[in-house]
Amino acid sequence: MKTKEDNLPAVQSVVKDGSFVQIKVLFFAKARDITGLTELSMEVSSGSTTQDCLNKLVAKFPNLDEIRQCIVLALNEEYTTESAVVKDKDELAIIPPISGG
Amino acid sequence: MNSEDKTLVEIIDENKQIDLAKYINYVSAPQAGAIATFSGTTRDTFEGKTVVELRYEAYVPMAIRNLKSICSSARSSWDLHSIAVAHRVGSVPVGEISVFVAVSATHRADALDACKFLIAELKASVPIWKKEVYSNGEVWKENTEFLERRFKHGKDGSCCRRKIKTEARDIKGCCKPKVKEEDAADISTS
Repeated sequence: MKTKEDNLPAVQSVVKDGSFVQIKVLFFAKARDITGLTELSMEVSSGSTTQDCLNKLVAKFPNLDEIRQCIVLALNEEYTTESAVVKDKDELAIIPPISGG
Repeated sequence: MNSEDKTLVEIIDENKQIDLAKYINYVSAPQAGAIATFSGTTRDTFEGKTVVELRYEAYVPMAIRNLKSICSSARSSWDLHSIAVAHRVGSVPVGEISVFVAVSATHRADALDACKFLIAELKASVPIWKKEVYSNGEVWKENTEFLERRFKHGKDGSCCRRKIKTEARDIKGCCKPKVKEEDAADISTS
């Protein structure tokens, strides 16, 4: 049962019926310079990992490849790995090497 | 957790200066005998290049969340009273303060050590970026603290293969920043 209203993180089901999830991708610093965007909305198949999302982004913006090895990812405001599975309405941030302070 | 624990984390809007007195007042308390502060200011040169200004941007909600988490970590390591951390976004000209940390504690060792920890952790993990603007180019900076730590982050082994040395000057950066500039003379700072 796929609900859009209550996103229960504990329930993870890999649905192979061709369904999709919608995520928001945020670009910062050098990543924004490359894509020309601060954010975009992206549809990926259910069960996709953050790495799948990144692959799709690099396919859309080939120049992202030049920073691909340097970036880290955040999912819903927390650092994540490339094996994390994205859910509907997730927010994925492309984080180039930081330089606060 | 002490009910008197006070932690303030703020990302300051563009073109507003950090009000140091506000944060010092915030952490002040009769029982806190020590207040330690750190302020980071834009300096005028980097590797011989004249810096005009620094431009900061932040993933604000995550930066705030991250900073609060760092403050919690500090509290678990040191006996602290109050903490305030403020970071500007937007342009920060030479001489102005971009980041300010204030910590109060009963005793100075806790305040000083926690203050050092807070700025180090900020530089290693908080999603804030700065672009160094020279008279003839600009480049996104990369904190060595972040680059060194990335090897410990869970990145599924696909992290940058570039060899990272501990010497700050030797770290060329992960993304090999391209500075758009003409061939300026290689002036080294004394």
